Amino acid sequence: MSFLSDAYTIWAREMIRFWRQRARVISSLAMPFFWLVFIGYGFGGSLKLPGMDYTKFLAPGVVGMSILFTGLFTGLSVIWERQFGFLKEMMVAPVSRTSIMLGKTLGGATIAVLNGLVMYIIASAMGMIDFTIALGVPLVFMALTALCFVSIGLMMASRMRNFEAFQALMTFLIVPTMFLSGSLFPLASTPGWMQAVSYADPLTYGVDGLRGALLGASYHSLWVDFWLLSAFAVFFLLLGAHYFRKSAN
Amino acid sequence: MPVSAIEVSGLSKHFGSLKAVDSVSFSVAEGEIFGLLGPNGAGKTTTISMLATMLFPSNGKAKVAGHSLEDHDAVRNSIGIVFQDPSLDDELTGMENLMFHARIYHIPRKERGPRAMEVLKLVGLEDRASSLVKTYSGGMKRRLEIARGLMHKPKILFLDEPTLGLDPQTRRAVWDQVRTLNKKHGVTIILTTHYMEEADQLCDRIAIMDHGRIIALDTPDKLKASLGGDVITILTPDAGKLEKCLQVKAPATIKQVDGGLVVTSKRGDKAAPKILSIAHNRGIRVDSINVKKPSLEDVFIQHTGRSIREREASTTEVMRAVYNTGWGK
Repeated sequence: MSFLSDAYTIWAREMIRFWRQRARVISSLAMPFFWLVFIGYGFGGSLKLPGMDYTKFLAPGVVGMSILFTGLFTGLSVIWERQFGFLKEMMVAPVSRTSIMLGKTLGGATIAVLNGLVMYIIASAMGMIDFTIALGVPLVFMALTALCFVSIGLMMASRMRNFEAFQALMTFLIVPTMFLSGSLFPLASTPGWMQAVSYADPLTYGVDGLRGALLGASYHSLWVDFWLLSAFAVFFLLLGAHYFRKSAN
Repeated sequence: MPVSAIEVSGLSKHFGSLKAVDSVSFSVAEGEIFGLLGPNGAGKTTTISMLATMLFPSNGKAKVAGHSLEDHDAVRNSIGIVFQDPSLDDELTGMENLMFHARIYHIPRKERGPRAMEVLKLVGLEDRASSLVKTYSGGMKRRLEIARGLMHKPKILFLDEPTLGLDPQTRRAVWDQVRTLNKKHGVTIILTTHYMEEADQLCDRIAIMDHGRIIALDTPDKLKASLGGDVITILTPDAGKLEKCLQVKAPATIKQVDGGLVVTSKRGDKAAPKILSIAHNRGIRVDSINVKKPSLEDVFIQHTGRSIREREASTTEVMRAVYNTGWGK
């Protein structure tokens, strides 16, 4: 049982920190918020999608993007803690590496989902998307997406020692992941090669699932989204745990 | 026969071709304050990192509190460690840092609060327990780290450069706390330091390290006595010539160091004028001469031919090179 309670301790610390730094964390929502406003209203007028407004189409994409950003940047906190020492306090304690990894992953994922939710509330407050409190299915997709990208972020962080390298890599990771996921435009109208590559992007299924759940219109079926996204999440969780254990020794 | 808190035999750590720790052996008795003294990069931190199960040894064996290093959790439960670099969470309060520690060390819920108050009192931080750590001064942070290291009542406490970067007054306060812990609470203490005075004042026994090896190990008094008398330091551009002249004359040990000679003599006050007159007669210029009771610094010079300060510049470069190859901390 101590395995889970240790992970809980690590998670609880992340929550306290999140709450203390909420201003900083909320400011990380600025980027997706600007996308929502400027891309949404900017292209919204000239882009005609079959059956729905572009702003409506974009909103779940931006929710997914905010989860992508906050999820990946969880890795940054690990590099930070390595540089400034707190990681050692955990590493020298009689707790397993896996429970540290699990606690950090769940902590990061919780924060990413909270950010996604805030984006959803903003989008619905702006009238871009209908507001509902029946968020069970969307939350499942948000959580799975968050787990995927938090794990990827932690995996990167465990291989890296400095912020600059991490930032550089993030640029190369974030931009293609974002555009290839169909967050900003429908995949159906893209060239065949782009659609093909999009199948390898976990965010594709996260955003598509969100769209299916929130708007009732998706590219793949909801179950396909669910299973593929789950498979990605499990794969990256295991890979992340593996790298984290290795880097710890 | 005293019980060993720590037994180390042939412990080594290699980073590529660099032998950070090269087959060191020693034992620490229960209730002792044991010091690892040496310049930066001598392998002190690497040694205690291995003993604290933070690093796998490349070779050799060690037992900590009766547990072999492979038995991670048993070792980790019986030791506390205060790192050289701060390892507190700045965004949490002092109390929250202690509570986090209590939980990951599985201290029963009921004991956490009283235990935290106890260790906070010990380091005099009970008033600041609910302030965020980022508002603490450097000395307060170090004291909080010591308090945290004691939360789970370890039998052995590792202190890695406990007073690095602290002002003299805070340094003395930390020394007092270390002594109290040791005398009143019976905690065995192993500390690393490159401050001679710290090792001299605080430690029951000292292992002097250089280039990953232990070059001398004894009580501070015996180490100093091993030099065989007073230390005479002579600055001269003609060290080689003077050494030859003195070798014929005096029953003393002579060693060349950068920029001069170090001569050890039972009666330094009498030997110094003799040395000067010999130098004068042979026409050797002497820029300065200094006689003093031996310090640990002199012991280090005796064994390595250099002072700890001089060693530092070069070892910093070595460490930087190691860091750049990607080994990190």
